[in-house]
Amino acid sequence: GPGPGPGPSPRGQRAVACNAKGGAVPAGKSGLAPWIPVVGLEIHAQISSNSKLFSGSQVQFAAPPNSLVSFFDASLPGTLPVLNRRCVEAAVMTGLALNCSINKKSLFDRKHYFYADLPAGYQITQQRVPIAVNGSLSYSLYIDNKMSQMVTKTVRIKQIQLEQDSGKSLHDDTRSQVLVDLNRAGVGLMEVVMEPDMCCGEEAAAAVRELQLILQTLGSSQAVMAEGQLRVDANVSVHHPGEPYGVRTEVKNINSIRFLAKAVDYEIQRQIDELENGGTILNETRAFDSKLGCTVPMRDKEGKQDYRFMPEPNLPPLILYDAKSLPANMNHQQVINIDWIRERLPDLPSVKREKLVEQYGILPEHSFTLLNEDGLAEFFESVVKQTQMKPKKVVGWILNDLLSYLKQHSLTVKESPVSSFLLADLLNLLEKKEISSTAAKQVLAELWKGEGKTPLEIVKEQKLELLQDQKELEQICQAVIDGHENE
Amino acid sequence: QKVSVEVLDHLEHLALVDFRDSEGVERLQKAIQFADHLHEVNTDGVEPMDSVLEDRCLYLREDDVTEGNCTKDLLENAREKVEEYFVAPPGNIPLLKLEERDTFLQGS
Repeated sequence: GPGPGPGPSPRGQRAVACNAKGGAVPAGKSGLAPWIPVVGLEIHAQISSNSKLFSGSQVQFAAPPNSLVSFFDASLPGTLPVLNRRCVEAAVMTGLALNCSINKKSLFDRKHYFYADLPAGYQITQQRVPIAVNGSLSYSLYIDNKMSQMVTKTVRIKQIQLEQDSGKSLHDDTRSQVLVDLNRAGVGLMEVVMEPDMCCGEEAAAAVRELQLILQTLGSSQAVMAEGQLRVDANVSVHHPGEPYGVRTEVKNINSIRFLAKAVDYEIQRQIDELENGGTILNETRAFDSKLGCTVPMRDKEGKQDYRFMPEPNLPPLILYDAKSLPANMNHQQVINIDWIRERLPDLPSVKREKLVEQYGILPEHSFTLLNEDGLAEFFESVVKQTQMKPKKVVGWILNDLLSYLKQHSLTVKESPVSSFLLADLLNLLEKKEISSTAAKQVLAELWKGEGKTPLEIVKEQKLELLQDQKELEQICQAVIDGHENE
Repeated sequence: QKVSVEVLDHLEHLALVDFRDSEGVERLQKAIQFADHLHEVNTDGVEPMDSVLEDRCLYLREDDVTEGNCTKDLLENAREKVEEYFVAPPGNIPLLKLEERDTFLQGS
């Protein structure tokens, strides 16, 4: 059915959509009223832990099939779930980083459905009272295509819940069968539910990217989408200003942040086109086809799915403590103290960005890009330490020269043939005015070949030294003037 | 109050139980009647209880790898396997529509 009920938007201040490019989606060809796209996200992040959420089998990507499976994971009778402390800590850290209220008492439930990769016939999740609620995530994006100015937006976090991952189904269409690998079954997940506060693919992508950076900074999830550690489902609908929310569709099978933006934007346009042509939107699940760049209907949700939620009878409520409520005589290993975890949270990306701006006098846009590339901020700081050049100038070389080289050759910062030491060395030559800035770019191009030469060696080889000697310069100028006198 | 045919059909779909004959349906009716006794108690203002364990401490396990690596044991129970994978049909086999099912509900 439709999304949140009729009436004024619950989002209050955000009345008009998508102002990253300014204004609501313009009127369609028939001159109808503008459309407001509404985008919400459900994100599943695999918890970075040694063992699974309720069992002691290992969590590892790409292992021999069914080798990381315990009797509990295979749902053999007589087995019981035992909660992994590390998974709870990961969820608390993430909740705190996203400004959530941590529920000191949360509950586990069973969500029932039949599928070959869900051996128990149900998933243990937190439907009634999840571990964290009511948070927010701030993210930045460029106001226009020129990437000159950034704007900060916020999306509300409805909740974070702990739940089990399912196994993997490999479809063997030739033999009309499915091969099931339960290695992933039971791995801990944090489901992060973002309210429908976003309005386009770019916003969704920016929000997910920021979440990814936060999770990686916390270490609660490695959040690598390519390895299935971060999965995103998008809920999309459109409506006219002042009217109730439209029917929403759920878009799945999105494998990268880039495809997320494409999938959301495609689906928004598809819905607008459909409605403007007099059609209707079905409340369905659609899959994103990355090759064709479109969404296609996925499965027929025959009527409504009834998951028959019931309390998980084998797990008592999860109780968390803080400094005030800490019980006196309890085994430390059995106690999770929210305040203790809060005190030990690392600097989040937004804080790191501000510190870079403050410490080095660079622009917020620069700081954003430095943190957006893995290892780039550290590279920058390392160069700054080894050179006399002002950080404001250094950052130009990092972002314009180094980064573009890396991108052109699809290299990560770690794989850079030019180390921070070499770049600092080069920038020192420039700073001491031993070479010109044009010459420096030439040297960098040479250094890029990774032949082991130092900047100074290259300068000497290519005779790029700037003449400093006043007398010599005068002689040259005089020679040029003399040469022209004859014309 | 009898359980309707629609509800019985819905339950068979959801839980893949087979009420099969009048005895099965009667057993369900009796179970519901038995549970209905709970309504005789006034529970206004009382938090529902999920389980008698709700006051127990939820044990937290250390994040160590202590299980797994028993592929052979697990696959021993499987009727069909392919190179250490379990084999399943290509998708959920849908329950036949009410009219086509060979159960009590199908009868008049």
